[in-house]
Formats: sequence, C-alpha cells, structure tokens
Amino acid sequence: MTDKIPVTVLTGYLGAGKTTLLNRILSEPHGKRYAVIVNEFGEIGIDHDLVVGADEEVFEMNNGCICCTVRGDLIRILEGLMKRKGRFDAIIVETTGLADPAPVAQTFFVDQDVQNAARLDAVVTVADAKWLSARLKDAPEAKNQIAFADVIILNKTDLVSDAELREVEARIRAINPYAKLHKTQRCSVALDAVLGRQAFDLERILEIEPEFLGADDHDHDHDHEHEHEHEHGGLKHYHDEDMQSLALRLEGDVDPEKFMPWINALVQREGPSILRSKGILAFKGEPRRFVFQGVHMILDGDAQREWKPGERRESKLVFIGRDLKDEEIRQGFLACAA
Amino acid sequence: MAPMSQPRPSLGEHTTSIDARAHVTAAAFLGRTPALALGDGTILLVDAGEPRRLTVHPDAAILVAAAEGDRLVTGGDDGRVVVTRADGTIETAANEKGQWIDAVATRGDGAIAWSSGKAVRARDAKGEVRGWSPPSSVRGLCFTPKGYRLACAHYNGASLWFPNASAAPEFLQWKGSHLDVTVSPDGRFLVTCTQENALHGWRILDRTQMQMRGYSGKPRSLAWSNDGEWLATSGAEACILWPFQGKDGPIGKAPRECAVRPARVSRVAFHPKALLVALGYEDGFVMLCRLSDAAEIFVRQCESGAAVTALAWDLDGRRLLFGTAAGEAGLVSPPA
Repeated sequence: MTDKIPVTVLTGYLGAGKTTLLNRILSEPHGKRYAVIVNEFGEIGIDHDLVVGADEEVFEMNNGCICCTVRGDLIRILEGLMKRKGRFDAIIVETTGLADPAPVAQTFFVDQDVQNAARLDAVVTVADAKWLSARLKDAPEAKNQIAFADVIILNKTDLVSDAELREVEARIRAINPYAKLHKTQRCSVALDAVLGRQAFDLERILEIEPEFLGADDHDHDHDHEHEHEHEHGGLKHYHDEDMQSLALRLEGDVDPEKFMPWINALVQREGPSILRSKGILAFKGEPRRFVFQGVHMILDGDAQREWKPGERRESKLVFIGRDLKDEEIRQGFLACAA
Repeated sequence: MAPMSQPRPSLGEHTTSIDARAHVTAAAFLGRTPALALGDGTILLVDAGEPRRLTVHPDAAILVAAAEGDRLVTGGDDGRVVVTRADGTIETAANEKGQWIDAVATRGDGAIAWSSGKAVRARDAKGEVRGWSPPSSVRGLCFTPKGYRLACAHYNGASLWFPNASAAPEFLQWKGSHLDVTVSPDGRFLVTCTQENALHGWRILDRTQMQMRGYSGKPRSLAWSNDGEWLATSGAEACILWPFQGKDGPIGKAPRECAVRPARVSRVAFHPKALLVALGYEDGFVMLCRLSDAAEIFVRQCESGAAVTALAWDLDGRRLLFGTAAGEAGLVSPPA
C-alpha cells in the first residue's frame, strides 16, 4: 500500500483555474517530483520534464456493466510510467473542463494493474466563484464535477461580493455537503489541502459528516471568519433539483445477510444515477467497523478497525447522485436492521 | 510426482546474473548478442566481456521493443522510434514529437511499424513510410506472416491493414479494449489480449470468433510454438496453452495448463526448436516446462521478488535471457 503511487485528479469547468492550481503545485518548493497527465500542454510550466499528453479515451468495459466506463489512455500511461518508477513521487491527472470524473475514478477500481501500481488520492474540483452558479444551471458537467469532488477549490472569490460568495457556497453544499471546501484567489491554497488527502483510502473514511462548517483557509479568510460563524445557523439552504446527497443513519446493528444483497442490488439498479457512495456499518456479530465506498455501480469495502469501547454502534450511509429515490433507499436501508 | 525431499532439477548454476539497473522492458538476441531494452532509455548489450550500455532514448524510458535479426526496434516516451544493431549503431527511424510510442513491430525483410496515439505508421524495407489513422489508440501491432500487412489491436476489435494498398483496413469487431495482438504462423488466426482478462480470436478467412477466458489477470504475453500448433499465454497461475492444430483452432477445445504455481505467469517464450516453454512469474521465478511430459525445470528465483517482465530465447534455443521490473536480469545457458 505504501509504495503505491498516489494519484490526484484535477477537474473543473473551463476557465475555473485548473491550470493555475497545477502550476502552483508544480512550482512550490515541496521537493516532490510529479508526473503530470494533461490534455493540453499549453500553459503548463515548461521546464517540467514529466508532462504526459492524454486524449481522454473513455471506453466501456465489456463486462455487462453499462456505466462501467474507464479511461483507456490512463491505463496505458500508468503502465508506461511504471517503467520509470522511482523517478517521480506522485501523479496528477488534469481532466478537460467538460470531463466526467467518473471514468477516471473507475479506472482505479476496475483495472488490476493500475490498482497494483497506484492509488487514487482524491478528486479535486476547481470552481469559479463568479460563474459556477450559472454553470450549475446549464452545464451538467460542472455539476458532476462538484458532486464527485473530495476537495473543492472555490476560486476567484475576489470577483464576487460576500453575498454572492455565500450564495455559491450554499449551491455547492446543496449538491455535495461532504467535500472539503477552500475559498481562494488565484488558487492560493496550501498544498496539503489538495495533495495527500487519501480520500479513497478505506482506513481514512473515519467519519462521514457534512462539512457545513467549512474547511476554510485561515490565511485567506480571516475577515470572513467571524461573520461565517454567525452565518452558519442561517446559511441559505438550497435544494438542487437534480443532484442531491442523501445521508442515512441507523442506530444499532445491521444484518450483513440483508445489507449486502440490498446494496448490491441498489447500485446495480440505480448505479447510473449514484455518483458516489460511502458507508460505515456495524454488522451484527462483527467487532470491527465495515467501511465501503462506491463510484456508480462499483463498490469497494472491507472490515476496518474495531469499534471502541463506549463507541456507539451505528451505521451510516451517504449517497450523492441524480434524482435519488430518497424514500425507497431509506426504507430499503432500515429494513436491513439486525 | 516427485517426493518433496528430492531436489527439483535446477539451472541456477548455469545462470549468469546481469545488473540491468532499470525496469527491463524487453529482452532479445541481436544475432548472437543478448540485449536488454530498459526503462531508463538505455539498451544493454551483453557481449562476452564487458556489457555495453547504449543511450538510445536520452532522459526517456523505453516503453516497447521488438527484435528481428540483428536489430532491436525500440519506442520511447520521447516519441522516438530507434533501431539499434548488435554492432552498437543507432538509427532514429521516427520522431512523433510530444507523443509516446505505444507499440512497435518488425518484419523479416527489414520493415518496421509503430503506433502513437491515433496514428499507425509502417516503414517498408526501402524506407517508404505510410500512415493510417485508426479509430482509437493502437496498443498492439504485428506483421502478418504473409504479405506486407499489419495487424493492429485497438478499442472494439482489431484491424488488418495493407500499408501499400489504398483499401480500407479489414475490421474485426469485438467490444472492449484490445491490447496485444498476434497472428498464427500459418496466418490463419488473429488473437488479441483484452482488458477483460481474456483472449479473443478470429479465423481471418471467415471471421469465426473465439473467446478464450478464465484468466485471473490480463494475458499480456503470447508465444507460438515452433510448429505453430500451440499458443502459450501468461495471465494465470500456470502457463495456459491453446491448441491450434485443427482447422477450427481452439474452438470447442480445452487448453493445456502447465507449471502451476501460486504466482501468475507474467512472460512466456517458446523454445525456437522444441516443445519447451520458458516462463517468468510475477514473483520473479523463471521456469522451463516441457510439453511432452509436463516436466518442470526451475531456473531462478529473482531476489527482489519483482515480476519477470522480459524473456527471450536465442535463435537456436541454446540461451535464455530474462529481466525483471526491478532491473535484475540473467542469461541462462542450459547444458546441452
């Protein structure tokens, strides 16, 4: 696990500031060597020798799973990069502005050779504070990128008023309340907020609580801090008509004999509309916490650390997706109680 | 089966270690000279005496390689296709600037071919280069045994292209991502390895299709026996051999399995004169297996435990060259 190369996926709608963030990462004195997979060479720091051009070749796996699309070019590039192992420490994949992050993420779940060599660290989405609200209305790609993100860089905050900023933040939270959100100008964010997140590491899925309080960058948001605290209670609540998150909680144990068939059937049936899922479960008779995560139809789960003495055994699930059938999913989950 | 206490036949003492110092992309004999194409962009020529290290892809990695006669054709992540000869001469055959070379192929008459992204090019023996734009990236290339024709593996199937003809390439369709390609020595069957841990085959004449499944990994290494009757494959915890004797090839037939081990076979290389197959495993083991009696001969266990990534016999089958992902390599000279 430790010698697997971490891969950060950088998404964001056209013009949001992906390249600015990428150049920032590459130019910081971090002492790390990155291999960067980009679609347009254009504005990347020119003296970086490990920049690889990709062509986002998405193909469907021939395994009967209709939404199981993967990035063929990424499999090929990672295979090639492994021949240079030891000459770089991490990989950053920049997607095009119109890309769906799912095929990139699914590549890491589906391809065994990729899985053996690399691990998905996090999906980082750069969003334009001024234009995101409009894009969420007219660009499904922008909404996918927000829904999929582990980390959201809400950039160009200097171009909007405080009220507009609160508005766009609320719109993001209506879609994805779980991502870490950083408000920036010119993508000025600490690198450890973007890299080394281990967002897809099952051992790190410790809590799945909403991030309403925000993971603000203290160095940029001092003047907002006080205001923000007060605003929290009254944070505008939006409901996005087509993309939502659903959090479910069940006190006490869950019966794995009921839960496993239910969750598998659910993602088989609703997989195309479920972008991401996560869960921490207390299985009956199991001293350890069972943790899983999913991307569309693909699930990955394992028993993790033991429940601590005094820790409340409860089971929690989170879904982010399109037109989620809230009540049906809720009832299905509650029926899995042990 | 031999009792556990009896030592297995071993060729360890007939093996000379070679320190390749980088991922071994391919092994080959250029005439009589053992050659290793490496992930640091160099080629190591292991002549008697001091090995020579040639920098053929400076500051780059050799991604793919194919050998023919005394030439080794390499493709790098510097976009260059380089032809290296046993005497150490180097010729840059092509430069696809800003691209990676994804596949290379060689032909007995001196022709070569390469692919980079959505471009395939073939250079005939006279040096004339022709190009074709496939519908998607090509990851596997090989010349067919007869005619100046190139088999290309890509998404949703494979294509057969005559570089000197204006006709559209013949498209053999099967959904999914096809990685490597090989054509049987009699030219009747085309076989690809796919993303779904399987092989897919076509009888070229009538396009009858065959699926060869059951692998636990991708069968990325394919080798024909010298009589053309067997296709040895990697990708399982044994060498899987498909029978191609009859007119229907392996259709309706079960494969043979040999040299079952707790690790997956990563490379296969058939002896050029006998029904003997050399096997490299993902845990660094190298074995030989004789088809007539399934006898197994242990050759070497590489210390790092890294996967065997390259394996090749010399022309008359007297020496075997292997290399691993960790840069270990060795030359085996089995006693006659």
